[in-house]
Amino acid sequence: MAQPVELPDTIYVGPVIDESHSIASVSDKVGNIVLKRKITLGWTFGLFIALGLLQGVAAGSVWLFMKGVGVWGINIPNGWGFAIINFVWWIGIGHAGTLISAVLLLLNQSWRNAINRFAEAMTLFAVMCAGMFPVLHTGRPWLAYWMLPFPNTMSLWPQFRSPLLWDVFAVSTYLTISAVFWFVGLLPDLATLRDTSTKRYQQVIYGMLSMGWRGSARHWQRYEKASLLLAGLATPLVVSVHTVVSFDFAVSIIPGWHTTIFPPYFVAGAIYSGFAMVLTLMIPVRKFYGLDDIITMRHLNNMAKVTLATGLVVAYGYIMEAFFGYFSADKYERYMIWNRMFGAYAPFYWALIFCNIITPQFLWSKKIRTSPGILWIISIIVNIGMWLERFVIVITSLHRDFLPSSWGIYAPTVWDWAVYVGTIGLFMTLIFLFVRVLPMITIFELRMILPSAEVHEKKGVVTR
Amino acid sequence: MSPINESGDGLNPVTPNPMSTQGEPLNLINVQQKLATANGAKYWRSLDELSATEGFQDFLHTEFPRQAGEWLDDEGRRNFLKIMGASLALAGLGACTKQPTEYIVPYVEEPEKLVAGKPLFYATAVPVNGVAAPVLVETHEFRPTKVEGNPEHPASLGAADVPTQASVLGLYDPDRLQNVANLGEIRTYSSFLLAFVQLLEKQREKNGAGIRILTQTVTSPTLYAQIQDVLKLYPGAKWYQWEALGHGRRMGSQLAFGQFLNTTYKFDQADVVLSIDANFLANGPGGVRYARDFAAKRVVRNGKKTQSRFYVVESTPTSTGAKADHRHPIVASHVAGFVHNLATVLSGGTPASAAPVPADAQAFFNALVADLQANKGKSIVIAGDDQSPEVHAAVHYINQLLENNGKTVIQSASLEQKPVDQYAEIQSLVGELNANQVDVLLILGGNPVYDAPASLNLKGALQLAKQRVRLGLYDDETSEVCQWLIPENHPFEFWSDAPAYDGTMSIMQPMIAPLYGGKSAHDLLAAFTETPEKTSHSLVREFWKAKHPGADFEAWWNRSIHDGFVRDSASPALKADAKLVPFTPPATAAEGYDVSFHVDPYVLDGRFANNTWLQELPRPITRLTWDNAVVVSAATAKALGVEDEDRVEIVANGKTVWGSIWRVPGQPDGSLGLSLGYGRTRSGRAGNGAGFDANLIRTVANPYFATGAKVTKLGEKFRLAAVQHHFAMEDRDPVISGTLSEYLADANFAQKKSETASKGLTILPQTWEYKGYAWGMAIDLTACSGCNACVVACQAENNIAVTGKEQVLNTREMHWIRIDRYFSGAEENPQSYFQPVACQQCESAPCEVVCPVAATTHDAEGLNNMVYNRCIGTRYCSNNCPYKVRRFNFLLDTDWETESIKMQRNPDVSVRSRGVMEKCTYCVQRINYAKIMAEKEDRRVTDGEIVPACQSTCPSDAIAFGDLNDPKSRVSEWKREATDYKLLGELNTRPRTSYLADIRNPNPALSPKGVS
Repeated sequence: MAQPVELPDTIYVGPVIDESHSIASVSDKVGNIVLKRKITLGWTFGLFIALGLLQGVAAGSVWLFMKGVGVWGINIPNGWGFAIINFVWWIGIGHAGTLISAVLLLLNQSWRNAINRFAEAMTLFAVMCAGMFPVLHTGRPWLAYWMLPFPNTMSLWPQFRSPLLWDVFAVSTYLTISAVFWFVGLLPDLATLRDTSTKRYQQVIYGMLSMGWRGSARHWQRYEKASLLLAGLATPLVVSVHTVVSFDFAVSIIPGWHTTIFPPYFVAGAIYSGFAMVLTLMIPVRKFYGLDDIITMRHLNNMAKVTLATGLVVAYGYIMEAFFGYFSADKYERYMIWNRMFGAYAPFYWALIFCNIITPQFLWSKKIRTSPGILWIISIIVNIGMWLERFVIVITSLHRDFLPSSWGIYAPTVWDWAVYVGTIGLFMTLIFLFVRVLPMITIFELRMILPSAEVHEKKGVVTR
Repeated sequence: MSPINESGDGLNPVTPNPMSTQGEPLNLINVQQKLATANGAKYWRSLDELSATEGFQDFLHTEFPRQAGEWLDDEGRRNFLKIMGASLALAGLGACTKQPTEYIVPYVEEPEKLVAGKPLFYATAVPVNGVAAPVLVETHEFRPTKVEGNPEHPASLGAADVPTQASVLGLYDPDRLQNVANLGEIRTYSSFLLAFVQLLEKQREKNGAGIRILTQTVTSPTLYAQIQDVLKLYPGAKWYQWEALGHGRRMGSQLAFGQFLNTTYKFDQADVVLSIDANFLANGPGGVRYARDFAAKRVVRNGKKTQSRFYVVESTPTSTGAKADHRHPIVASHVAGFVHNLATVLSGGTPASAAPVPADAQAFFNALVADLQANKGKSIVIAGDDQSPEVHAAVHYINQLLENNGKTVIQSASLEQKPVDQYAEIQSLVGELNANQVDVLLILGGNPVYDAPASLNLKGALQLAKQRVRLGLYDDETSEVCQWLIPENHPFEFWSDAPAYDGTMSIMQPMIAPLYGGKSAHDLLAAFTETPEKTSHSLVREFWKAKHPGADFEAWWNRSIHDGFVRDSASPALKADAKLVPFTPPATAAEGYDVSFHVDPYVLDGRFANNTWLQELPRPITRLTWDNAVVVSAATAKALGVEDEDRVEIVANGKTVWGSIWRVPGQPDGSLGLSLGYGRTRSGRAGNGAGFDANLIRTVANPYFATGAKVTKLGEKFRLAAVQHHFAMEDRDPVISGTLSEYLADANFAQKKSETASKGLTILPQTWEYKGYAWGMAIDLTACSGCNACVVACQAENNIAVTGKEQVLNTREMHWIRIDRYFSGAEENPQSYFQPVACQQCESAPCEVVCPVAATTHDAEGLNNMVYNRCIGTRYCSNNCPYKVRRFNFLLDTDWETESIKMQRNPDVSVRSRGVMEKCTYCVQRINYAKIMAEKEDRRVTDGEIVPACQSTCPSDAIAFGDLNDPKSRVSEWKREATDYKLLGELNTRPRTSYLADIRNPNPALSPKGVS
């Protein structure tokens, strides 16, 4: 164990968990949200709104399947539109969970414990939202399964050189690992719920879900090993998924897409948007469920710092993109950058610069980092900014490529919006259900960071 | 077998019993029988009576549901269950019901010459404005599917223009008039004949003085002979001709020569050409041949290093004007003055007024005069169809001054059987109608209510004729006011004859029985002479037999039909002297805008408005589909305070029309270019509501232009569907152009301007060697006149869907080949360029690597194949295509519903459905056909054996296709030209299609002005 380090006041914002908590109190506090808490009007109302939004994807898909992708605003030259923008956006959001649970686990960051469950759930839901788009966007979605390598009578395989195919593998692997990691992590807590619940049906359901977890030392030993292994497996995925998604663009020859900087820049952007989304969700949840003693200022502060750091990487990406465009001395690249900045979609570009470069600079201030309200607004701006980034990449590159004769314009239709808003509805619905049926915070890990679990933390002292 | 129980299935109705037999079991048939005999008050009484009877109560009891009443008593219940069980058991046997016997008959003996799966070609002609476009019609199992030019005919040489290519769709137009009708009621043709004979009986008493026949321009000798017969039989009858096209040309020759003559041009012998508002490379008689001859003089290829020089003076930009070396925009009201000044100067005088030659054009004018004078006998001055007779007459005089007559400009007898001033004709008819002198009016074809000058109010006048009989293709504006409607035959459905532009006579033969039982003008006129049984076939044949009475008639007839034309029947050249017609400057308003009227290059005077191919075909310069527009220059738009798609109100000649603004560089300032043929109200589903009718502000006195027009912005938008939104080339130079002197100084200038990645640049070695065939294409941009015939030909050949205006607005049109149009230079008078772009069949194709399901793959001959069945529609290939030539079925664009349209489809090409990508295949079906033929004969495909649809129809012969592995092939020769370059070659896509640079020949005296 490392020597305690004294931290100055300018940096230290508080402990990872309120020192008054005991093992029993954290279990009760988190467990009761699921087991005891009444269904409130606020939650019902929220779920109602989420379900309402969800209808967008339902109606949008039905209409889409009836008429074809032409109900969207895509055209030639803009073969991709909202569907791909939203896909990349959701996948990006889905990055925080794995990063928090896997990478921070490996880095032994104790503050992750209060937020990792929630972030992982969010990841899973975001990837589910993302996963819908590649299927919906195909011209003949009933044949989308042809992208899977399955033996068939025609001996036809997918085309392994296509980045879209790599996407299929990357995203499905990511979804699988995330789901397994999440579920494995849930086992001890499900057992806790099983043991503390008083209603029969809860005992049965949690009992089945906890898969016979008894908390024996052997269980714990295997559990620790499994989660370490899964974290090891998941860590490369944090990098690989968005790298592969960025290949969709980088492998093509379209100016604005064909860029070597895309993989790192996409990964940073993904973590950036993922953390922003965690903030967007955690701040209200923390308030409504009175969890500010568990999700403390320390968490918000740390997440804000990660957001700032990744935001700077993203800003570097934007600057380099513009510089490369200029430095390439290639007329198409130069025009693309000029067109981004001053063309038909220039307002989007400058809005993106505002959201993703200017806004996070406020996070240099500790005061802002520790004001949940302002942080929440910033996180939403960042989420919008990251959506704009994908819009700018997809649309401004496509709408004016090589031959001026084929230049065109893209405008989304009401069905583009319906499906997009619908996935937000789906995401929210799943979040609303999640906070009521599963422990949104890892109870057993909270127990481990309690002072009573021999983590003697004093003001201004950080262990390790 | 009894006639009732024919099917033998026991389901025949029970013998009906009259109601009076009380107690008889009733059934529905019984009741209906009873009710059928009653009517009016009795009916209701009967119903009362009926419901009171015991039989009805029984009937009611058992009818609803059939056996439900049986349930009440046990016996009945058992019975019910038995019946139910039996019904279920026998339900499967329903399939065993004996079907009516229908024999299918295989081809035990195939129809002569028909080999299933192999197309048959028939030679015929498609007349427009009386001038035949000679064609070969491809038929599959006797369905015409595609039109090709007739390679042996001097007017075609294998090429066909846009309206001709699209004529096959007109045949299958589901909106065609499909029934004989009288006052909206469907009738049979025989009932029409009966009524018609009665009408004629009455007319016979007064020598037919009440009969009027209105036809389009008659060039068919058979039809003319028939009309003469009718007029002999009814000496009081009168025959009028009206057609909105060709007036200036017709009357111009009358004015200049004192007789109606037909003028043809030999562009292959002209070193200097001046076009006065003439769109001769795209439209008008002989346009196809002229384009070929003109291009032959322009291309710099195969060691030929000279070019003719082309001057254009025009009041609105046309595709022909785009090919000019020097183009001078001039407002329409100044055209006549310009031409007369030219005539005066060429004849040694000094122009009366300098006004029509603006100061900035003086240099142009002087250079033009010098060039024309230096090339006497080797130049052509040609005036456009939209110009007045005075302009045409002056142009005839100029050609005479330049000693071109008899050398490059040939006069011959008029193609028309009875050339007349058709404006006078239609006015006389209206006068007679208004004087109530017309009892029977026969309108054969055309659509005069729409295209006659609006100020005549023909529609109102027509209603004064007592009986109006209309032979028409559509239930159109004219049909609306006629009592008897007879569906007209499409040119592929009847026999006739028509001359080509040079007088070469074609005998038109049908290749399909009339789809909707229509009639031709020949049929209808036969009814006059009490020989209604005569068909167009017998009439035409008899006519020609009389002309060609020898014993060899049968052989001559067969030969002429087979060839599609009568050999050596071109009109002989005549010597005629043109005189200078005194010029009176047209009255022009002091202020307001100049309006020039132009026949639309595709729908012409509106006759093809319901042809969806033509409606969706982008106009060469405006790139608009589905509508016409108010074409203005940028400066005029600024002065008016309007932008593209702003609706404006135009008031001219006291009339008003509303149109949408479209800015086009090269339109003269202060002028509005309006095209005719739009604003149809009853053309059918495609043409209704497309554009606005510019005809409404034309006057009979001056149908060529209007002055003093007032334009008011209406403050609303009317969206126009353009397929190209960006007109500048930026710094990319997709079209590489240069001047002839540049070429002569350095033949490789094009390759220096373009970049092609060298093969060594890639780290990936090219492992594949194309050992068999290597298909490739070359397109000569100097030759391409941007007429878009290739686009329609491709659409017809490859079953390409029409998407409609809404989809074009979102740039989702489906054309596999497109003609990009770029401008360079000054906005007020730019240099224009055309570039046909289809799939470039890249050897290193960016589309192929990104498809996740391998739906687009490369074959061993270098074709980039699209596998429709495998495509799932990710559109990634289109995104990654730098040429953006891939087309996606965003919606279900293909018409799977309309039966008649299905008949047009080419059975050799898959019909695509929703959600798949498609693109140019180099007409792979034609490649494979030739390869199969060659393999059967154990030989290689010879050069020229495969001709893709675009090349086949190209009037200016701008496309070469063939095997690149054969160094002697035409395409290989073209590609060895120094001017050959690859589009976006720097991307290392290694396209198989390449371009020969666009070379212009500007006058050194004017250069570089006028050319970029």
